[in-house]
Amino acid sequence: MESVLISPANALYFGLPGKAIFILIPLIGIGIFSYIMIRRISPLRSTTPDPRFGRAGERIRSVFKYWLGQYKHPRYFLPGIMHILLFSGFLILSVRSLTLVMMGVIDGFVMPGLGGGLGHVYGVLKDLATTIVLLAALVLIIRRGVFKPARYDVPPRYGKGHTWEAILVLCLITGLVTCDMVFDGSLSAAQIQEGLPTETILPGTGHWVATNLFQTLPQSTLQQLNQGAFLLHELIFFFFLCFLPLGKHFHVITSLFNVYFMKLDKGTVKPVRWGVSDEKLDDLESFGVKVYEDFTWKHVLDFYSCVDCGRCSDNCPANAAGRPLSPRFISIKCRDHGYHKYPLLGSSKVTESDSVLIGNVLEEDEIWSCTTCGACEEECPVMIEYIDKIVDVRRAMVDEGIVPQSLQKPLQALEKRGNPWAKMERKRADWAAVEGFKEVCPVKVLGKKAFADALYFVDSISSFDDRMQDIARATARLLQAADIDFGILGKDEKDSGHEARRFGEEMLFQDLMAHNTEKILDSGVTRVVTSDPHAYNALKKDYQDMPPTDHISELLYERVRSGAITFKPLENSDKTYTYHDPCYLGRHNNLYEEPRAVLDAIPGLRRVDMERSRDRSFCCGGGGLMLFYEPEEEEQRMGVIRVRMAEEAGADVIVTACPFCLVNIEDAIKVAGLEGKMEAIDLCELADRQLDSLKA
Amino acid sequence: MEILVCVKRVPDTAENEIEVNKDGSDIERDDLVYSVNEWDNYAVEEAIQIRDKVGGSVTVITVGDDESEEVLRREMAMGADNGILLSDAAFENSDGRGIATILKAAVAKGQYDLVLTGAQADDGAGQVGGMLAAMLDWPYASLVNSLEVEGGEKIKVGREIEGGNQEINEIDLPCVLSIQTGINEPRYVGIRGIRKVASVDIPVHGAADLGLAAEATGSGGARVKRVDYFVPELGEGAEILEGSMEEKIDKLMELLKSKGGLK
Repeated sequence: MESVLISPANALYFGLPGKAIFILIPLIGIGIFSYIMIRRISPLRSTTPDPRFGRAGERIRSVFKYWLGQYKHPRYFLPGIMHILLFSGFLILSVRSLTLVMMGVIDGFVMPGLGGGLGHVYGVLKDLATTIVLLAALVLIIRRGVFKPARYDVPPRYGKGHTWEAILVLCLITGLVTCDMVFDGSLSAAQIQEGLPTETILPGTGHWVATNLFQTLPQSTLQQLNQGAFLLHELIFFFFLCFLPLGKHFHVITSLFNVYFMKLDKGTVKPVRWGVSDEKLDDLESFGVKVYEDFTWKHVLDFYSCVDCGRCSDNCPANAAGRPLSPRFISIKCRDHGYHKYPLLGSSKVTESDSVLIGNVLEEDEIWSCTTCGACEEECPVMIEYIDKIVDVRRAMVDEGIVPQSLQKPLQALEKRGNPWAKMERKRADWAAVEGFKEVCPVKVLGKKAFADALYFVDSISSFDDRMQDIARATARLLQAADIDFGILGKDEKDSGHEARRFGEEMLFQDLMAHNTEKILDSGVTRVVTSDPHAYNALKKDYQDMPPTDHISELLYERVRSGAITFKPLENSDKTYTYHDPCYLGRHNNLYEEPRAVLDAIPGLRRVDMERSRDRSFCCGGGGLMLFYEPEEEEQRMGVIRVRMAEEAGADVIVTACPFCLVNIEDAIKVAGLEGKMEAIDLCELADRQLDSLKA
Repeated sequence: MEILVCVKRVPDTAENEIEVNKDGSDIERDDLVYSVNEWDNYAVEEAIQIRDKVGGSVTVITVGDDESEEVLRREMAMGADNGILLSDAAFENSDGRGIATILKAAVAKGQYDLVLTGAQADDGAGQVGGMLAAMLDWPYASLVNSLEVEGGEKIKVGREIEGGNQEINEIDLPCVLSIQTGINEPRYVGIRGIRKVASVDIPVHGAADLGLAAEATGSGGARVKRVDYFVPELGEGAEILEGSMEEKIDKLMELLKSKGGLK
């Protein structure tokens, strides 16, 4: 196409040839960028191993879903959509930006493949993209600068806000696309003035607006605009490129890799050290994450990828309850510490004592405050992990003896008695020996003489807690109704160790797991059923070589669907029920629909969902050892917040499927002063109560 | 500073249901789990903190049988440098004075600047620390809940007195102190820590090693003898407050005020 304006490569800038300038700027820009990237990447070599190079198929699928597909973004609708617009604009405009850079070096450069018709299509597409990106950036500038959503606030204890950075970057983006429009618009206007053809100009786009605006300007001004816009675009582009790895916009580069290398196995906890088998753990010099370099390379990549968007903290129940934990700042604080320790210029000024994370970067109470509910990880658009990091820091604290007094007793009881309440082992099966129950539902204790097809793994709380024993008995009756030949381990069962592991006491967990594994395998059962989601997760995700394991809700669902179990109608049907998703059933094991389907099979049951349900469920306060933990700082109990959510949804009955949820919610109902107005019940208890006796 | 901490293996009251046996001669011990006497953990933690501050070493010592070794290992996993087990058939059924006699002989074998004990034991009478100090003719401070070591010949110790007030005393070294809970936050001892010290050698000293005559300790030397164990009869029932939550609170406030619990 004949052009009336002198191209940037041939133009003179302050007496210098454009081509020279446009070779120099990319050289300097790429040079600085490469230097920064090398400085940023080199600390990864000092970190611990993390084998994430296999399972390429799954990883590529994840990239399509979470990175290219931006799957998590619309969970926050407006900002999510805006991000998708910006992201797709970026993808489209990356080709354009590259073309522009090359045009400065090679006059009339055309991206290979975009010479013909496809080039015209792309031309229109990029005009649309610049326009959409400009509008989105302007909306976001107003949002960040004027409306200032609370999610981005930085409490003083965590450092300073990053709003300036967000706005600066939005301005850079605005600048980039505006330059593009001015560059195109000035050329098109000049062409039209001379009666020459232009690129296809779609009405309504920025290119079209600029062309119209510039229509009456003299050719010399258009030449200046064209040249100036090109130079400014080049400068902003390379400034932006070098600015990316300095702050939260590093995610523009790292998110693709962070998603590709994401954790694929939900509900699991990473081993103490990848590549070190359980048997070799005793040989390790140190446990867990004590200093920055103890993190795995992927966890450091997580820090680099954090966008500081605050979605994790917005969903974190500990944060909502006023505990001193905000997952976002785990990433930000560790990242800043890493940047400080591995500076871009010069060598580290961080002393050995300042390198210890606990007390310098992270606080004890902060790390113990996490219930490992997984709400943060569920929300993160770039798949940052928190649970594994927190468990690793806890492992380090346990190794150093830094464990709050409130947790020391139950941990010691787990070691000595196999349950955190220090109850006698021989009383573990007492729940089944209650008068009135044992006659109608005898429960076998498996051992040398007694065998069964299935094992009911009761776990500590349902074995020993007076109230939760009701769940154990209801489960036993349901198993009986489902015609399953089952038994329990009795005194041979020990705590699953699910929380011992997640509280960082790995060796205690290993002991408990070894004991239970032996007893379960020795019992000769072909399947395991449990009513405790924490035990369920432990058996499924932590233990190896277990027989197939089901949560009772899966089994009930199957029996209800086949018609083997039917329910009688509710006697009192003027109550509204809501189902509270236990974290270790829902988020960690994807069982959302089965318990709901069981509830919906009860005739006359009216069910509503709370706003925060399914994968956005709000943790009741945590299970296992979390029942014993006394946070130093807390404004409100998580359970109380949860009960208020149920009240808001218009429910009078909260159904859950986890003994720990039931403890926390029943307590919270009392604390919230809703006794008599609100009640809580376990799915098993409700199903047992409604069992159709004709069939059962 | 060379510190010796006397510890004891006791049935853990938090982890057992303590019942008296049929003939009332002892508690039912079949199903018991044992641990380090709680007060002793505070004493060991304090000793470790002092050592970390001013240098020296911490030795933990106990009088008991082979099974008592586990409490020494647990305290060594906490950070104590050495352990000594004092064990001999002749030590069995010693009274408090007998235990103090054994410990005194062990203290004499070392060069200690400071000896710590727990203020009392779960199954004891809180007498050994004082007797040990008397036998050594060392100064003694009991129920210590704060400790200041500055490296001189004296240290400052605090104890809580009536009304939650604090009293600080200066005491000459060497001395014996009995340590109260709450003086610090004892660190956690994990399974890993215990395994790390599982094969450390712990010397065992008997009566002959300590130069003790057989009749000085054990049941023969005991001047206090246990005659009975029983569960006291249940007294009058507790007062249960009735009424609404507000009424109950008002009544409770009234009761507390009248008994001087609230000012």
